[in-house]
Parts: sequence; C-alpha cells; structure tokens
Amino acid sequence: MPAVQETVEHVRSIDVDQYKYGFVTDIESEKAPKGLSEDTVRFISAKKNEPEWMLAWRLEAYKRWLTMREPTWARVDYPKIDYQNAYYYSAPKRNVLASLDEVDPEILRTYEKLGIPLREQEILAGVVKPEGERRVAVDAVFDSVSVATTFKAELKKAGVIFMPMSEAIREHPELVRKYLGSVVPVTDNFFATLNSAVFSDGSFVYVPPGVRCPMELSTYFRINEANTGQFERTLIIADKGAYVSYLEGCTAPMRDENQLHAAVVELVTLDDAEIKYSTVQNWYPGDADGKGGIFNFVTKRGDCRGARSKISWTQVETGSAITWKYPSCILRGDNSRGEFYSIAISNGRQQVDSGTKMLHLGKNTTSRIISKGIAAGKSDNTYRGLVSAHRKATGARNFTNCDSLLIGDRCGAHTVPYIEAKNSSAVFEHEATTSKISEDMLFYCRQRGMSAEEATALVVNGFVKDVLQQLPMEFAVEAQKLISISLEGSVG
Amino acid sequence: MALAVGQPLGRDGNLNRLIQVCEDEDVALLEIKNLHVEVEDKKILNGLTLTIEKGQVAAIMGPNGSGKSTLAYVLAGKDNYHVTEGDVLLDGKSILGMAPDERAAKGVFLAFQYPVEVPGVATMTFLRTALNAQRKTRGEPEFSTPEFMKRVRETSKLLGIDQEMLRRAVNVGFSGGEKKRNEILQMAVLEPRLAVLDETDSGLDIDALKIVSEGVNRLRSPERSMIVITHYQRLLEYIVPDVVHVMAKGRVVKSGGKELALELEATGYAQFADEAA
Repeated sequence: MPAVQETVEHVRSIDVDQYKYGFVTDIESEKAPKGLSEDTVRFISAKKNEPEWMLAWRLEAYKRWLTMREPTWARVDYPKIDYQNAYYYSAPKRNVLASLDEVDPEILRTYEKLGIPLREQEILAGVVKPEGERRVAVDAVFDSVSVATTFKAELKKAGVIFMPMSEAIREHPELVRKYLGSVVPVTDNFFATLNSAVFSDGSFVYVPPGVRCPMELSTYFRINEANTGQFERTLIIADKGAYVSYLEGCTAPMRDENQLHAAVVELVTLDDAEIKYSTVQNWYPGDADGKGGIFNFVTKRGDCRGARSKISWTQVETGSAITWKYPSCILRGDNSRGEFYSIAISNGRQQVDSGTKMLHLGKNTTSRIISKGIAAGKSDNTYRGLVSAHRKATGARNFTNCDSLLIGDRCGAHTVPYIEAKNSSAVFEHEATTSKISEDMLFYCRQRGMSAEEATALVVNGFVKDVLQQLPMEFAVEAQKLISISLEGSVG
Repeated sequence: MALAVGQPLGRDGNLNRLIQVCEDEDVALLEIKNLHVEVEDKKILNGLTLTIEKGQVAAIMGPNGSGKSTLAYVLAGKDNYHVTEGDVLLDGKSILGMAPDERAAKGVFLAFQYPVEVPGVATMTFLRTALNAQRKTRGEPEFSTPEFMKRVRETSKLLGIDQEMLRRAVNVGFSGGEKKRNEILQMAVLEPRLAVLDETDSGLDIDALKIVSEGVNRLRSPERSMIVITHYQRLLEYIVPDVVHVMAKGRVVKSGGKELALELEATGYAQFADEAA
C-alpha cells in the first residue's frame, strides 16, 4: 500500500495554512443578479439557451420551492441561510470551446495546484497515451460550467454520451426529458427542488445497451466565485446490460461567507446494468471556529429500475462545514443490488449527517452498507440510514456495518439506523461499533518511529481500508491524502 | 572490534551510525542515573542507576512489581510515566525531553510484552512507514517500495518468518508466538542500537522460545546493545547475557555475570526484598 507513504509525505508538505486548496483563481466571471426570483430562473435558462420545456420545468420547481420549508431533522446546527443574499449563476466568460487549446491556462494551473493526478492532467493537456492503457476522461466543471470535455471522440465511438448537462438538454432532449427528475422528483425535498429551479450545470452520461464504458468518467467540481451557490445537476443512465464507473471529486477555495451547495445526482440502471459512482469530497470545512465553510446539502439517488441491475455508491467525505447527504438506492427491479460504502471524516467544528437509504421494492433484492465515521476535534458525525422492505419485496436482504472512530474527547459519533421490514421474509443485519484510537496503539506506532500524525494517519487508514478498497485506484491515493489532511491537528 | 558478526551491519545508513559510535567509544551507550519515576502518583522506580555498554547484552531480572516494565516504558518515552529525579543519557545526552518517535530514530527499540494490534494495516506497510519515518528523522533517504520489500523478505527469511505474515494486519489474529516473532522481525528491520526486550519469553512455549531466541541472537552485534527483561532464568539459557542485573523495589540491587541468573534460579528473589528496603 504505497499510498500510506504518500499520505505521510503529503502531511509533511502541508504548511501553516492547513487548507492548501484555499486559493481563488483570478478569472472574470459573469454573475446573475444577486438573490432568487423568477427572473433569476429565467436568466439562468436564457444564459444556457434552453428550450422552452426546460424553462417551464425550472419555473414549476421554483414555484414549488416557495411553498417548502427547510428540513430540520438532521443533527446539524447552522445559522439561518439568507437565500436572497447569494448568487445563483456564475460562469467563466470564455465558455464556448472547440478544443482543449482554448482552455484558460489559469484553469489548467488551478488543476495543477489541486494536484489532479498526472494522468488526468495529461489528458487535459491533450497528451495521447498508448492504446489499451486505462484512461480517465475529465468533464471539468469549473464554477458551474463545464469547461472542457475530453475523450469525447473515443466515447462517441463506443456510443457513450458524456457531456455537460446544459449541452445534453439541447442535443439529447428526448433522453433528458425522459429521465431528468425521474429518480429525484422536482418535489422531492427543499434542497432538491431548489436545485431543480436553478441548477447551473453538471454531467450527463448515457451508456447504450450492452456497452461497457471504455474508461472511468471523472468530473472535478470546484467552487471558485465568492458567494456563489453551487447547484450541480448530474444524470447518469446505464441502459440494458451497460456498465459505467463515474468519479467525482472536488476542492474549494478558502473564503469567509458560507457557501451553499445543493447538488442533485440521479442514476438509472435498466435490466442487467451497473453504475459505480465514487466521490471524494473536500469542500472547504471552515476555519478553526467553523466559520466560512461550505454548506453541503446533496440529494443523490439511484434507481435500479431494471431486473438484476446494480448501483454502488462509494464516498469519502472529508470537507464541508455542514454535510447533509444520503446517497440512496431504490431497488425496484427484481434481483437488483444496491451498495453504499462510506468514509465520513469530521474535524474542527464540522458537522456531518450522512448515510444512505436502501429501499427494497423488487423481489430478491440485496443491499450492503459499510459506513466508517471518524470524528476528531469538536466535530459531530452522524450516520443516518434507512433500510426498508416493501410488503412485496420477498427475499430482501441487507447487511449493514457502521463503525465509528473517535479521536480525542470533544467530538461525537452518532448512529441512527432506521429499519422497516414489511415483508416477513426480509433478512436485515445490522452491526455497529464505536471505538477510540487507543493511546496504546499510538504509542506502539510512535515507538517504531512515527510521529503522532503519521501514527494517526496509519491507524485511520487501517480503519477505513474496507471502503478505500472499493475506490478505483485513481481515487484511492487521493482519498488517503485527503483523510490525512482533514485529520491535521487532531492529535497532540 | 569484530565488524562481521551482525548480519545487517553493513547496510548503508548504519555505517554512518557505526562510525559515529566508534568515535564516541569512551561514552557508554546508555547511562541511567538515579532515576525516580512515578506512575499515577505511585512511585515505581526509586533511584535506579544502570550503565549499558556498546554491544552489551544485559539481562534484567527481578520479581513482579520490581519496576522492570516501567523501566522499559520510561526508556521508550511512554506518556504518564513521570520522571521526578535523575536522568537517562544515550551517547552521553539526555533523552528524557524527547518524544517516543525521536528516541526511536536515535535507535531505541522496545519489543513489547503485549504487542498491540493495528487492524487493517498490513505488517509490511507498518514496517515501511516506521522505517522511512525514522530515516526521515535522521535525514537519511527513504527506501523505495521494491527496495524495502526486498530487504524485509530477506530479513524474514533469515528469521524463519512466513512471508504470509507480512500481508496480515499487524498482530491481528496472531498467536502469542507470532506476535513475539513479529517484534523480533521489526527489530531486525529497524536495526536499533538499543533494543529493550520486555518479557519476550512470556506466553511462549519452548519451541517458540527457541525460535525467538535464535532471532535475537542473530541480531547481536558489537554496535547493538540489548536489555533483556525477564522473570525467569529459562530465556537466558538461549540468549546468554554478558551481564545480569537484579532489580527490586525500583532499583538495581545486584549485578554480576551470567552465573548470577543461575544463582537466582536456586535461591529465588526473596533475599533482595530486604536489601532494597
């Protein structure tokens, strides 16, 4: 596991400013007027040259949103958000690009600073790798608008559609109209409805029947404009027998105002299809007093619509001041399978309320939940999960394992599992543990020569190993780095 | 000075340390002076004085509660062991102000009586992280992964340790014998200058004891000193010490040659109860 070494190196390379990704790139941006109104929605839609049906869809969402209330059931506490005091659209000015050469060099430098893996930088720089090597395509979302879409031609050959959502709305309206909002309805929840009204951009993926997507698809998100709410919208469809693996990662610059982030991700798998969705999340968590971090209210849901289909969520959550996020699976198709692998780390004043929902509707559906929560500093870390079996879900099976690790004595770990079985044949298993990094374990590591931070990183990496193994190699290394960064200063 | 005795001796970084050791020939490796230690307000060490020469293997024997394990922990720098008086010098310099990892980088190694489990961390990874951390502290270049793996494989072969153990999580599900062998493997890889073996014989059957002792004996060298802490004379039949110190009530009450261990076996520790008081 060479990545541990890199973790250690990375920890070493961190200077006084713990959040090295906290910088603002100097790019002119075009903002919508501050605040949220019907005009804002129209402005965004017009900016994107959207067809009338899309505007109508947004406006319906906006009207609905006005009647809704912010949810309060999560174990998070934050000052009231003034929705009129934020910008809902911001785009780099030059955003129509024919080729990679036109990508703003400033943006390329930003990726460099972010330490995007060399391979992906090469792709961004247009380097052609030998045939047969595994590749990653980056659909770069830079401050709400997809700036560069790579490997398009090769994906096209396979019949895979991978493009910014705004483009898909224009070029593939039949697919977008059929699937958008079909997993997370416009009316789903306060934040999802807000997203439906003002979503800026995101990724659209369609993998046709029987096609195995020839590469990992990857998107880097980054908030770059002060006071800009981020409303990504991603839709991935794997048609019958198709397979795709999608990677999402993000970092954000340091700033004072709280930043609202309300993304929606919808996944659809038809018969025998599989989607693997991996996230490494590193939004700015706020300063030592918890000031200025990202509020991350995300709705992620997958619909195993077809028989024998499979959706797998893997997430590494290290950032954000507030995390409110429950990637879920609707197991509609018979014999379908849902998986959720999660590492959620909180430090400083971070508050995490995250988990999953596995809704068993079809027959002989199975699901697996492995959640590793790590709380340090003065943070609070809650796992909230629902496993339910519909009365027709004969033979539903779930296995849940929730482990919490506490570092220090001023943090909290909470586990809130909900289990509802309406079918007597359902078999649900739940295991949970809470442990502390023991002084003995740290002393043992330090006696062998590791610093307190190296020792903590090693122990934590061991704790989360089961989940890290689920990540594609490209992400596993990055995830380990983030884990160490986010635990900075949690010991000693 | 016979340099050829210890197998791992010629290895690069060690050479510099060896040269340094030779330069400081007149200073003892370890000097413990009038050491008083409290743990949770209870006085455990009570004016302990002890000198360990370079390359010396010293056995420390004594009854339960005499402070043997406390000495081991104090040398390694464990928290909550409060030194109220006295000093510990390594190469003539005090190490009491140093963190455990700094001491480790200076060559202090403790083979634990109860090795700790580290779930999810492969033994190979653990060892590499430890060795490179030490090398970094000493300003030496770190080992590349293939280079390191080759070293560990060779060392484990030499000690008769199954390669499969290297892939398993540190001490998780290990038998008592495997745990102790893992400690010796770590010692062999980290190449300390002062190895403290805290009751390495406890919980071992005679076969495991032989294997572990053979490992320790392979690691004896003129530039490596060892403190072998044990309750029983049995271990010293396999690891023959240069000197034997007897501890009672937190201090050294008698020192002698290896024959002292045999004498103790015959007479027991009771005689020292009064002397220490």
